[in-house]
Amino acid sequence: MERKVAIFRKEHFNAAHRLFVPGWSDEQNMEVFGKCSNPHYHGHNYELIVKVTGVPDPKTGYVINLSTLSSIIKTHVLAKFDHKNLNLDTKEFATMNPTAENIVFVIYEILRGQLDKSLDLSVRLFETERNFVEYPA
Amino acid sequence: MVFLTRIEHFNAAHKLYNPSWSREKNEQVFGACANENWHGHNYELYVTIKGVPDPETGFLFDVKKLSDIIQEHVTEKLDHKNLNVEVDFLRGKMCSTENLAMGIWEQLIPHLPKTVTLHSVKLYETPRIFVEYSG
Repeated sequence: MERKVAIFRKEHFNAAHRLFVPGWSDEQNMEVFGKCSNPHYHGHNYELIVKVTGVPDPKTGYVINLSTLSSIIKTHVLAKFDHKNLNLDTKEFATMNPTAENIVFVIYEILRGQLDKSLDLSVRLFETERNFVEYPA
Repeated sequence: MVFLTRIEHFNAAHKLYNPSWSREKNEQVFGACANENWHGHNYELYVTIKGVPDPETGFLFDVKKLSDIIQEHVTEKLDHKNLNVEVDFLRGKMCSTENLAMGIWEQLIPHLPKTVTLHSVKLYETPRIFVEYSG
């Protein structure tokens, strides 16, 4: 019987960001985004949980080698975002607002492109211990 | 004698960068933390006071009042701020977790009543990195 199982890898990165819409006034941005719109930025310890689901390879017993998954995340996600200013240092958020929602979309697309099509992917991103997003929803 | 701890948190941007050094030297010493455009953390702050509970209330100190003091004199100054640019008590100092914890201690001392003693300020920069200062 081909049984699917989910395997998870946790990683983390620390980054600065600011939530704002460039076309809006400072007042309008403050009204919508509050202190998250501070022009001098603020930051978070982001916790990333990557879930990969598939049928284990009958020879290895692996859905995916966790060391491979960790390397993919480190090379393609953490290297871009860790100890960076998401607004200023990343091309992904040069014009897109770096909300947790948008960050999880970006991370999903990056990882989707690196994983075999037979594997299902889900990404959960914690901005704080109490605020987190998940995609696909 | 009993110890009472209140936990608060704040999110902030910072960088570790000594302006009197070259960019190369900053990167050599502080690595990724020296990124010119800043990075950030979710800081967790543990403030511990000690003393003898009041026999009538059973309280060492009203923990709501302790929370208000921390929020007014510490977290309101730090939360969603850039530590290098916007914080009066860190001006001219390196924004290391060590200096931040010591600065928080200095902020709290004048606002605590004589009946309690500040025992320690413990500050987590990440879940795996923290400092503790006891004066």
